[in-house]
Amino acid sequence: MSTAALTDLFDVESELAPHERETRDTVRAFVDVEIRPHIARWFADAYFPREIVPAMAGLGLLGMHLEGYGCAGRSAVEYGLAMQEIEAGDSGLRTFVSVQGSLAMTAIAKNGSEEQRQRWLPGMAAGEIIGCFGLTEPTAGSDPGTMATTAVLTGGEWVLNGAKRWIGLASIADVAVIWAKALSDDGTPQVRGFLVPTATPGFTATPIEPKLSMRASIQCDIELTDVRLPEDAILPHNPGLRGPFACLNEARYGIVWGALGAARDSLEAALAYSAERLQFGKPLAAYQLTQEKLANMALAVAQAQLVALRLGRLKDEGRLDRHMISAGKLNSCRVAIEVARQARTILGGNGITLDHSPLRHANNLESVRTYEGTDEVHTLVLGQHLTGIAAFR
Amino acid sequence: MRIVVTVKYVPDIASDRGFQDCRVVRTPAEGTINELDENAIEAALQLVEAAGEGEVVAVSVAGPDGAVALRKAFQMGAHRGVLVSDDALAGSDYFGTAAALAATVERLNADAPVDLVITGMAALDGLGSVVPTLLAAHLGWPALNLAKKVALADGAVTITREADDVTEELSARLPLVLSVADTANKPRLPNFKLIMAARTKEYETWSAADLALKPDAVGQAGARTETLSAAPRPPRDEVELVTDKGEGGKALAAFLIRNDLV
Ligand SMILES: Cc1cc2nc3c(=O)[nH]c(=O)nc-3n(C[C@H](O)[C@H](O)[C@H](O)COP(=O)(O)OP(=O)(O)OC[C@H]3O[C@@H](n4cnc5c(N)ncnc54)[C@H](O)[C@@H]3O)c2cc1C
Ligand SMILES: Cc1cc2nc3c(=O)[nH]c(=O)nc-3n(C[C@H](O)[C@H](O)[C@H](O)COP(=O)(O)OP(=O)(O)OC[C@H]3O[C@@H](n4cnc5c(N)ncnc54)[C@H](O)[C@@H]3O)c2cc1C
Repeated sequence: MSTAALTDLFDVESELAPHERETRDTVRAFVDVEIRPHIARWFADAYFPREIVPAMAGLGLLGMHLEGYGCAGRSAVEYGLAMQEIEAGDSGLRTFVSVQGSLAMTAIAKNGSEEQRQRWLPGMAAGEIIGCFGLTEPTAGSDPGTMATTAVLTGGEWVLNGAKRWIGLASIADVAVIWAKALSDDGTPQVRGFLVPTATPGFTATPIEPKLSMRASIQCDIELTDVRLPEDAILPHNPGLRGPFACLNEARYGIVWGALGAARDSLEAALAYSAERLQFGKPLAAYQLTQEKLANMALAVAQAQLVALRLGRLKDEGRLDRHMISAGKLNSCRVAIEVARQARTILGGNGITLDHSPLRHANNLESVRTYEGTDEVHTLVLGQHLTGIAAFR
Repeated sequence: MRIVVTVKYVPDIASDRGFQDCRVVRTPAEGTINELDENAIEAALQLVEAAGEGEVVAVSVAGPDGAVALRKAFQMGAHRGVLVSDDALAGSDYFGTAAALAATVERLNADAPVDLVITGMAALDGLGSVVPTLLAAHLGWPALNLAKKVALADGAVTITREADDVTEELSARLPLVLSVADTANKPRLPNFKLIMAARTKEYETWSAADLALKPDAVGQAGARTETLSAAPRPPRDEVELVTDKGEGGKALAAFLIRNDLV
């Protein structure tokens, strides 16, 4: 039996349709060939491998869950399975897929005009156009409603001013979806999305370095100084925070699965190592303490996978509620970071090197539990769901 | 550009191989496309893509499970699939299989000219590597075998092949039969859209009668060889562990000599 089959404690495999398994196996094969052999070096060098983007696009990974415009139009479960496999490779590369597909492309698909979709989505699905998604600001993270970036319509042009922080891919992106406050018809400021070609004068993106997490992907500070855009650069639909939030929900759903890929990979690394490593005359796997660790990890991962699959099936039926996404994201991130850290202990001193994946995953998961709503924020969403009382402020 | 690719349904090399009545037991869930045929599909797709138009027809001579191999070909991008399946074909040897494939190509060729037949370098269950040449002989077409590089220009295919320490360049005019080595290309992974499309994509099933195959040319009746026995080899002997205390080299040399490996 393969270790993958061994750790599937509840035979979740048999819940998957053949084409779902084929989708998963395809991405797994891609990760084995294109990511695993190189990821330690990319992580060490803080290098985002742009060269594998065309192959990712070729599989249909970019905007995989969107219909039309060159996108693969796959189900939520298939999308989740793909995210799980990519993140078993590295969270940084799954983050790229999320930013491109779930954030930037989804923003255009959900909030954009037909013209905007035609103009941008096919190139983004093909990986020829890289997108980014600028919501967070230096002083507005968990509370994006306090954003300070503004968009003012003067003389038939939008003029954007402000700053964004932590924006994935911004320095290599061709187009940025920038969320800014513009005056609505009744004169109140309202969050709106804008499509900003990154070559526009006044737009600068500077990578944030050095990072201890997500080293194989890029995040940037963005400055927007009198960035002038044509009037039709605004995303016409869903004004207000529900514009960006609809995209975040897509990305969060992907993380429910993705984080478990990192967890599974950590568990498999520890399991394999424990069988080979001899101390006190026996393999580590033969000690009760080690077996308890392995059993707890396998149980946690398998349970969380059942949750992910359940959420995926609900999403495909259009029955996934906001609090469910929060519960799933919180659960997967918690489980994953705990499993990655526990797996590292089994690897002993060797586990702190890049020869093994668990500590790399654990470091990446610090970001995963922070972006798309921190653990605390999702806890508060669940708290509000249960009590009816919002305790954010 | 119209290319026929032959794809074989074989037991998964990762699974245990079983034999019954001297034939390989083909368990439905365990079987898969002959991996080496993926190189043939890839080569065909590349040629059609370079030409900007054309069709790749995957053909499998197999039991009903051959559909698995065709589906894999669809997932990679083959346009059409033909399963040649008939009880009369059971027990075919290389000659019978080649006769059935040749009749299939001829029938396809009668509809619209076939430019090229591409095969893998061998089938992982039989390892004969002779079907491409037999097929070419049936068709009266040239055979270019074990291509490492394939180039098509002005109605001729030029291949590079490597044998021991010799590199050869060979060329022949279309139509022809070409077998590609596993080093010829890197078969593409199926993309998600094609995986979905392949779920419901129809293939045609042709019988021995559809192909007007003579009963004595195929199947057990047409087999020119007889398999007397087939059984899995016993598992390998225990490995011999030598702890190197300065004599490791000698132990290794002794082992090689003892086993006629030098
Ligand atoms: C690798 C990475 C990639 C990212 N990519 C993007 C991107 O592409 N686009 C984008 O727009 N943003 C991106 N982000 C930003 C991310 O969304 C924010 O980091 C996240 O929203 C948290 O905001 P913050 O970092 O400002 O932390 P803060 O909001 O300052 O939070 C700090 C801490 O306080 C806690 N906290 C906040 N409010 C409360 C409360 N009411 N009660 C209790 N605790 C609270 C938080 O949970 C957290 O623990 C990325 C971040 C990272 C690390
Ligand atoms: C940064 C760093 C600096 C170091 N510096 C030094 C140094 O200066 N000098 C030096 O000599 N060494 C040094 N070490 C080595 C360090 O002491 C060892 O890493 C440590 O003793 C653990 O050994 P190991 O890494 O071989 O892990 P292992 O002994 O292989 O242990 C792996 C895992 O198995 C567990 N385990 C082992 N036996 C059992 C058992 N019987 N039952 C249950 N679980 C078990 C361990 O707790 C651990 O979780 C350093 C290590 C690091 C990471």
